[in-house]
Amino acid sequence: MNLTALISQNTASRARYGLVLFALAIVLAPWLVGHAGGNAWVRTLDFALLYIMLALGLNIVVGYAGLLDLGFIAFYAVGAYLAALLSSPHLLSQFPALAAALPGGMHTPLWVILPLAGLLAAGFGIVLGAPTLRLRGDYLAIVTLGFGEIIRIFMRNLDRPINITNGPKGISSVDPVQLFGFSLARTHEIFGLRVTSVYFYYYLFALLVVLILFACIRLEHSRIGRAWVAIREDEDAAQAMGLDTRRLKLLAFAIGAAFGGISGALFASFQGFVSPESFSLNESIAVLAMVVLGGMGHIPGVILGCVLLAALPEVLRASMGSLQQTLFGQVLIDPEIIRQLFYGLALILAMLYRPAGLWPARRGGAQ
Amino acid sequence: MDTLIQQLLNGLMLGSLYALVALGYTMVYGILRIINFAHGDLLMMGALVGLSIIRTLQSAFPALPDVAVLLLATLGAMAFCAALAVVIERVAYRRLRNAPRMAPLISGIGVSLLLQTVAMLVWSRNPQMFVQLLPLDPIEVTAGDATHAGAITNITSLTTIGVALAVMLGLLLLVDHTRLGRAMRAVAENPQVASLMGINPNRIIVITFAIGGALAALAGIMMASNYGSAHFYMGFLPGIKAFTAAVLGGIGNLKGAMLGGILLGLIEALGTGYLGELTGGVFGSNYQDVFAFLVLIAVLVFRPSGILGERLATRA
Repeated sequence: MNLTALISQNTASRARYGLVLFALAIVLAPWLVGHAGGNAWVRTLDFALLYIMLALGLNIVVGYAGLLDLGFIAFYAVGAYLAALLSSPHLLSQFPALAAALPGGMHTPLWVILPLAGLLAAGFGIVLGAPTLRLRGDYLAIVTLGFGEIIRIFMRNLDRPINITNGPKGISSVDPVQLFGFSLARTHEIFGLRVTSVYFYYYLFALLVVLILFACIRLEHSRIGRAWVAIREDEDAAQAMGLDTRRLKLLAFAIGAAFGGISGALFASFQGFVSPESFSLNESIAVLAMVVLGGMGHIPGVILGCVLLAALPEVLRASMGSLQQTLFGQVLIDPEIIRQLFYGLALILAMLYRPAGLWPARRGGAQ
Repeated sequence: MDTLIQQLLNGLMLGSLYALVALGYTMVYGILRIINFAHGDLLMMGALVGLSIIRTLQSAFPALPDVAVLLLATLGAMAFCAALAVVIERVAYRRLRNAPRMAPLISGIGVSLLLQTVAMLVWSRNPQMFVQLLPLDPIEVTAGDATHAGAITNITSLTTIGVALAVMLGLLLLVDHTRLGRAMRAVAENPQVASLMGINPNRIIVITFAIGGALAALAGIMMASNYGSAHFYMGFLPGIKAFTAAVLGGIGNLKGAMLGGILLGLIEALGTGYLGELTGGVFGSNYQDVFAFLVLIAVLVFRPSGILGERLATRA
């Protein structure tokens, strides 16, 4: 056996071990976390998974295609509002005709909502992408930021003349997820083990994360993925090589947005409530921070960034309050402020010292 | 007619504030080709530092006349923000001059978050009442009748417009007719060649940031005086809109920034003034912020180099 074959076999088996370990970690994580800290921490884990979906979507736009999107949360909002409208009493209470047509109430099942949310968000992605295709770099960033704010302003104000989004009050009592008559919102007893709602959501989200991961990995190593990277590295050269950069960029926007929309729909069902304030610019920046801090364009890095930044505020909230209590005898600084300080510093320091992120992709020899 | 005059006055006031901030964006962009994302927060810092100076002066020297207090506070805040802008350039941007384009933007976002957090820590999350030093008494411009209120303005808003126009004129003179201005234009054109001509580009860049910071602080104090309050988040929207104004006028172009700022202010004021009437009250003034963004998108789509912009580098 020659050396190269040995090495490639070695890396293949290492990759397999890595995958097995990763799968084990995913399955066991909520039990370890729940055992150590209780349901609140499993809930944090659920949110981390939602952020991973979002960040993987943003990673396609920013990481692969190199299009800086500062309004990505808009797609999350679109998905969330779609889910909220399709599975809450809000629309029926506004339109009596609809209520008469649906005597059982508005309860669209998740497997209808998720594809719809993905499609609708992808549509919005194309609507945003089409007029901004000619823009590059920071112009695009500002336009996407504006787009995100426009979506939020509309959601806040579309309670008049027809009440669609219920304005700043938001839409409440969104149906929890129900799969084949099995409600994820209740505590069930399985093999004598009491399993609470957050665990069920965890596994549902984990399943979707795995699906999205699979799609991302396949995309990354496909013709399309390589074309995106070519556009990111040098758009003019990519065009000269015969790539249809217009369509490829639109595709990046659409696929990224679809993942964002799916994640948003899950968020609405999980939370049971949506309001415009969940979709502010700060959220867009938080997701971007996850992608950038972890390592743009590198999936393990992005996941690392999500877990770190999703868990961090909770850790700070749990530790900083009591830490200040013991140090100064009172809580001087709101943990939320400490979190923001950390975000700001992390963004600056990451750019200054690790511009490619904490766990960047390994580049080929030329790099 | 009264509505028109009223909205024109409002728009002019708003527009001159946008123009002051837009100048900072456009000067930095002209030289470094980066968007200083933290520029809007300099406006916020200016207003809050100014407020603190006013409070200190009023308690230490109660005999000082209001106009002197305001003048001192404005100068102090401008100096503070000029220094702050220089620090920001040194810490967050200088190392990234040759980095990928996304890097300075993201570190700028970091600076913006950091400044807001610091402001929250120092001045609390709650809006601070801004001490009114110039009278806000209404001055009638047109006499209203029984059904319509007449258009009104006040000393504060007239001062804002006057000072903003004077400062812009001064800046134009500086850039067009002084040695420093010539050096700034040279560095904007080509830093390497400028340095061969004996200009120190770093010095010019620092001065540019300082001027931008001072103008932002001026705008911040004017804004706080007109609206009567200052808070940690007040810089965000004006910052974004001023950037829009800079792009609207053609980024990198000083006259463009002024024109863009005033135009955007007028569009916003007239738009919100008439939108309610035109749509029968369906869309009201709560859509005000949508205007700026729609204008921005429209401008970038149909005229990517802005109204007065010459050419936009392909890599912009």
